[in-house]
Amino acid sequence: MDFWRTQDQEALQDGIRSFCQGRFPIESLQPIEATGGRLDRAAWRDLAGVGVFSLRHDGFSITDSALVFEELGRALIPGPLTATYLAATHLRTVLEGADSGERIVGLAQVAEPVTMAEHLLDLDSLLILQGDSIAVVDPNSVPTQVVERPLDPLTPVHVMLSATGGEIVATGDVVRQWCREGAVLTAAMQVGASFAAIDLAVEYAKGREQFGRPIGAFQAVKHMAADMLVKAEVARAATYAAAVNLDGNGDDDLDRAVSVAKMLAGDAALFCGKIGIQIHGGMGFTWEVNAQRYWKRAVVLDTHYGNSEMHADALAGSM
Amino acid sequence: MYQILSRVAMDLRYTEQEQTFRAELRAWLADVLPSVAPEPHRDDWKNRRVWDTGWQRMLFDAGYAGINWPKEYGGRGATPTEHLIFLEETERMRAPYVGMNFVGLLHAGPTLVAEASTEQKAHHLPSILKGDHVWCQGFSEPNAGSDLASLQCRAIRDGDDYVITGQKIWTSFAHIADYCEMLVRTDTEVPKHRGITWLILPMDAKGMDIRPLRTMEGSTEFCEVFFDEVRVPVANRVGDENDGWRVAMVTLSFERGTAFVSEMLQSMELVRDLADLAKKVTRNGSAAWDDTGLRRDIAHLSGELDALWSLTKRNISEAQRTGFVGVGGNVFKLAYSELRQRLGELSLRLLDRASLSLDDVHELPTGKHVHGRIHALSIGIAAGTSQVQRNIVAERTLGLPKDR
Ligand SMILES: Cc1cc2nc3c(=O)[nH]c(=O)nc-3n(C[C@H](O)[C@H](O)[C@H](O)COP(=O)(O)OP(=O)(O)OC[C@H]3O[C@@H](n4cnc5c(N)ncnc54)[C@H](O)[C@@H]3O)c2cc1C
Repeated sequence: MDFWRTQDQEALQDGIRSFCQGRFPIESLQPIEATGGRLDRAAWRDLAGVGVFSLRHDGFSITDSALVFEELGRALIPGPLTATYLAATHLRTVLEGADSGERIVGLAQVAEPVTMAEHLLDLDSLLILQGDSIAVVDPNSVPTQVVERPLDPLTPVHVMLSATGGEIVATGDVVRQWCREGAVLTAAMQVGASFAAIDLAVEYAKGREQFGRPIGAFQAVKHMAADMLVKAEVARAATYAAAVNLDGNGDDDLDRAVSVAKMLAGDAALFCGKIGIQIHGGMGFTWEVNAQRYWKRAVVLDTHYGNSEMHADALAGSM
Repeated sequence: MYQILSRVAMDLRYTEQEQTFRAELRAWLADVLPSVAPEPHRDDWKNRRVWDTGWQRMLFDAGYAGINWPKEYGGRGATPTEHLIFLEETERMRAPYVGMNFVGLLHAGPTLVAEASTEQKAHHLPSILKGDHVWCQGFSEPNAGSDLASLQCRAIRDGDDYVITGQKIWTSFAHIADYCEMLVRTDTEVPKHRGITWLILPMDAKGMDIRPLRTMEGSTEFCEVFFDEVRVPVANRVGDENDGWRVAMVTLSFERGTAFVSEMLQSMELVRDLADLAKKVTRNGSAAWDDTGLRRDIAHLSGELDALWSLTKRNISEAQRTGFVGVGGNVFKLAYSELRQRLGELSLRLLDRASLSLDDVHELPTGKHVHGRIHALSIGIAAGTSQVQRNIVAERTLGLPKDR
């Protein structure tokens, strides 16, 4: 048993982190919000250029991918990252160009009470996931209604008025595997966003002074920060474990491992988002400060591939 | 053995007088509410002002303005219980909320009543009651939030004026207010609480720069206010120079446990609404409401709100008896902030993808739940953070040693 990053994995993750810091600095998010969350195709191609979407064909594992997606989540990079990655991995011939960044692929899961598609205006292909089949449709041809004020301005959404039709491109085991990988990569992004929220809050708590000392010197603030770390580390362990199992390097029940990861990573990201705001005081409630962006993204990611409660239900169902 | 001294017992029932008050108020509301225009959009400031102050004028004309203010200053002189009934009835019948008259009616006004000169009272109190003037509160500064007493915004005496230079932040409604209750630093040489003065600032004074700040929801309800040698007459001072901290604290005891009543009634409504929504939304082929876990969580929130309503009645009764609210006020705010966070989290999970829109989706009444969830993030920050509230409870009520 050796459940620690290898040297190669460390280099991979560090490399992606510095790429994200250079190409997607956190300050670049506000201008994107001002455009209504539109994607920058050149930036998307750069993501593909460092191999984000083609990891699996380049011989990297699901675990390696999770390490990469953790960094994408940390940087709050907008866009249908998991869908394009999964399309490049599992639908390489049907959806050519997903791996090279030429084709932006989104995915909408048919859901109650509404089915929503993200980043619709920038998609080249839209996948519709319903039960255990995935169909592909032309994003311009589906009847939709725009959401005027999305909760996360970096994640524009459309309500899908109808989610039928299209050509079925995957069914059965492929879709089941797709959903497991999608959940684990989303969990990895949630873990990354959790740690970024912690870093921001801790940095603030060291610099902000009240009553003549840094607020981080107050035990109430220290304990909030420590609680964030506890949630995020537990979620990270669960997420890596699920990825390692999916790679075939574990003996755990796959669905169970995936649900544990998605459940805990969802809870951690929402918790770290919320407490990050609290540590910032009034500043946390402003548009300017990034604390709220981590919380908003946490809300969005929780709805991908089943929210925390749905995974808890799935776990209960298997007990 | 103890002796029964009287037949008086704790009683949740309202007296005949209180019931009459309620019945009259109800009849009046039923009569006038149909003529009230629909509420303007949250960011339509101009019309919001018209709407909020128009309602205040209607209250004034009917004798309900300043319900808890003393009669001699134009108020109704109602008891705290009647104030509670007023808030309960207006909220239940969906009358406009106090809105931007909040600071004037519940904070600045009561301070003036307690501390202002006869001329100041005569000049300001009637215009607050009639809705002619909107007030804002300029207390917090960039470096003085939880540690409010460390405020730095400087006022230097120059003849008959104070000359103010510095900055305020989080001033809700500063961009539409006529006056501001303001705390300034008038002495830098003494311990921080002793060099503060309370001033009435006209918002059209020269040398001010008011910049709206965006909240995380994108609305502009609070502002940064910059002061560059702004002149305010010494006659606008309330209380003595350097006695402003005491003046500001006097007001806090005026609040008497009623500040969150309307909000809490709205929360009860949100919970009922969430239960209705859970009956409509399906999950795994059956109504979400069939999910025992969800149902239990909603029931918990609903029961806790009933208990907080009881706590409110206790706080108000305490105020009626002793003139102020003790630890119950802090307990209320702590429990309520935490409850609202849970309520928000639960509603987002129920809405799932529908929570990605700030507005209603597909005729599902989801917008208020998403807005409510975001609002909940601010309750434990505004007007004293939960951490500071816990310090107060632990130190003042439980007598634990200070860590500062
Ligand atoms: C929606 C909203 C409306 C507002 N409206 C107004 C208004 O109209 N007028 C006005 O004057 N102000 C207003 N405020 C300001 C509000 O009163 C302050 O935000 C609040 O007092 C906290 O101060 P701060 O933002 O500077 O946070 P800070 O004091 O910097 O707090 C940052 C963090 O440190 C923690 N902390 C600080 N001190 C301690 C301690 N001693 N022990 C433990 N933890 C500590 C806090 O709990 C918080 O988590 C408003 C705020 C909000 C969010």
